[in-house]
Amino acid sequence: MSALLEVDSVSVSFDGFKAINNLSFNIGAVELRAVIGPNGAGKTTFMDIVTGKTKPDAGRVLWGEDSRSLLKMNEAQIARAGVGRKFQRPTVFEDQSVSANLTMALKANRGPFGVLFWRPSATSAARVAELAEEVGLSEQIDRKAGELSHGQKQWLEIGMLLAQEPRLLLVDEPAAGMTLAEREQTTTLLRRLAETRAVVVVEHDMDFVRRLECKVTVLHQGSVLAEGSLDHVTRNPDVIEVYLGR
Amino acid sequence: MTRQPFILRNPSILIVLAVLAAFTVAVTLMSAAYGNGAIPTSMVKVLGKTLCLALAAVAMDLVWGYLGILSLGQMAFFALGGYMVGQWLMYARTETIVAASLAQNPIPATPLELQEAVANQIFGVVGSSDLPLVWTFAHSLTLQLILVVAVPGILALVFGWLAFRSRVNGVYLSILTQAMTLALALWLFQNDSGFRGNNGLSGLQNIPGLEGRDQATLSVWFLWASAAALAVFYVLAAWLVSGKFGSVIRAIRDDETRVRFLGYPVEGFKLVVFTLAAMITAIAGALYYPQAGIINPAELMPIASIYLAVWVAIGGRGRLYGAIIGAVVVSLLSSWFTGGRAPDIRLPGYVVHWVDWWQVALGLSFVLVTLFAPKGIAGIFDRLSGLRAPRRAAPRKQEVKA
Repeated sequence: MSALLEVDSVSVSFDGFKAINNLSFNIGAVELRAVIGPNGAGKTTFMDIVTGKTKPDAGRVLWGEDSRSLLKMNEAQIARAGVGRKFQRPTVFEDQSVSANLTMALKANRGPFGVLFWRPSATSAARVAELAEEVGLSEQIDRKAGELSHGQKQWLEIGMLLAQEPRLLLVDEPAAGMTLAEREQTTTLLRRLAETRAVVVVEHDMDFVRRLECKVTVLHQGSVLAEGSLDHVTRNPDVIEVYLGR
Repeated sequence: MTRQPFILRNPSILIVLAVLAAFTVAVTLMSAAYGNGAIPTSMVKVLGKTLCLALAAVAMDLVWGYLGILSLGQMAFFALGGYMVGQWLMYARTETIVAASLAQNPIPATPLELQEAVANQIFGVVGSSDLPLVWTFAHSLTLQLILVVAVPGILALVFGWLAFRSRVNGVYLSILTQAMTLALALWLFQNDSGFRGNNGLSGLQNIPGLEGRDQATLSVWFLWASAAALAVFYVLAAWLVSGKFGSVIRAIRDDETRVRFLGYPVEGFKLVVFTLAAMITAIAGALYYPQAGIINPAELMPIASIYLAVWVAIGGRGRLYGAIIGAVVVSLLSSWFTGGRAPDIRLPGYVVHWVDWWQVALGLSFVLVTLFAPKGIAGIFDRLSGLRAPRRAAPRKQEVKA
């Protein structure tokens, strides 16, 4: 299986501190992967590098069938190439309605003039309604996003990610601040999404990772410590050392 | 899916256009040239100029209220528009006068002699008799009108490209825009800038080719031109912010980083809005200065652009009609209070002269609006229309049931 995303010997340091140290990581086109690791292991920096927010000092990040380098692209170009990112805190546009938020995220021409002459069609309206239904916000579709509850904002952001139709979805701590029922819903959704695309979940809640039943990559001090099934990595003495030793 | 034309979906646009039309017709009927003369010509000019300032405020609202860039250099574009049209006004008028006096000579003047005589007339005041390079197109109205939008447009494009590409934001960007207008003002103040230094351009109220018309007539014509420009660009601005484009630029204002991760080229959107606003502001300036009669580099000093920001804030930013209300109300009040016609307030032991205290009152009202009415005067209209909007109320009821 050829990799959709190939991170090859990437290093980045901030003021001498090596946040990512010779990290290599691959993910296939249809795969669910959990990335775990203690605080400061480089999980967020890893996502920043893939999405173009941080440029690494060394290494390669290759994308897609034709192995394009993501390092030469800015955040917007990477997003248009098919990388979607869910932030830890829900970030929606609070001043605008749920439907405006979803419409903005719909896959379409992103250039200023393309957007200027974009007009809603029957298809786009139906797609927005469908997405709102999927994330349980049909009743709220005309309300301002700022009036939604925390959990509803999380779902709206997930809806926006779905609207983008990304090929790779990076999800930062989806379980944070969610109730048990919401966690189960989230698990189901992430597993279903991974049936058609690559999904990387960054999480340090082991219980949540166990529910995902997927391959796990353990990061420690900026590089991969272990990789495999959750049971496999939790038996690894190095992982035990990192998680329990301190 | 059929949708109504966007003007019908936004009743506020129709209201603004109707009020503007009624105002223009009313002023015309009370003018000296076309009506009963209740409004003196000087006042017609003030009202016409106010409409131009309102247009500049609408453009400012696009940049600040919708896109989130507090530009403190907008009046640089306004003045540049004035300078560009002023060049033709001054050149063409001087040429007519000079040609008339040279016609007395026994030998007809060559075009070169004529041009030298014109240059001598215009630039004698700064000790020069050569026509500077920047006056190359001054003989042509068409070319100068193109420059009215081209020069500010290109300046905004280059400045914006450099600033946005480096991701300069917030207060740093405001300072940069202020530095831009200050630098331009200081350059224009120099005698060898080619724009007559601190003398500026004058006599702009005399329109070449319309010598037969008196100022009373011209003032009404310019009032109509200013009203038409305001109407056209108000509708354009409203269209711009109504659809998905408006959605995206407001999103950039609120969370630029998130918009990038949605795949939108944020810099491109900023450039389009900033440049378009600069061109609209320049057109407003090109209509303003023939009514003012004179333009000099003091018009580009940062304080003018800061006033523009204050008007938009008081009127209500993020509402296009708010910008118009702010510009009209505050600039007319300003000229009333500082014109010496406002009655002084006699307190025991102290007399409040409005000429001295108006600035303080304006500053205070700016602070009060920022603190207590962040949506400005337009926020009051919002509250009133909010009571009638059924669409927003419906889901709330359902929520109560659930």
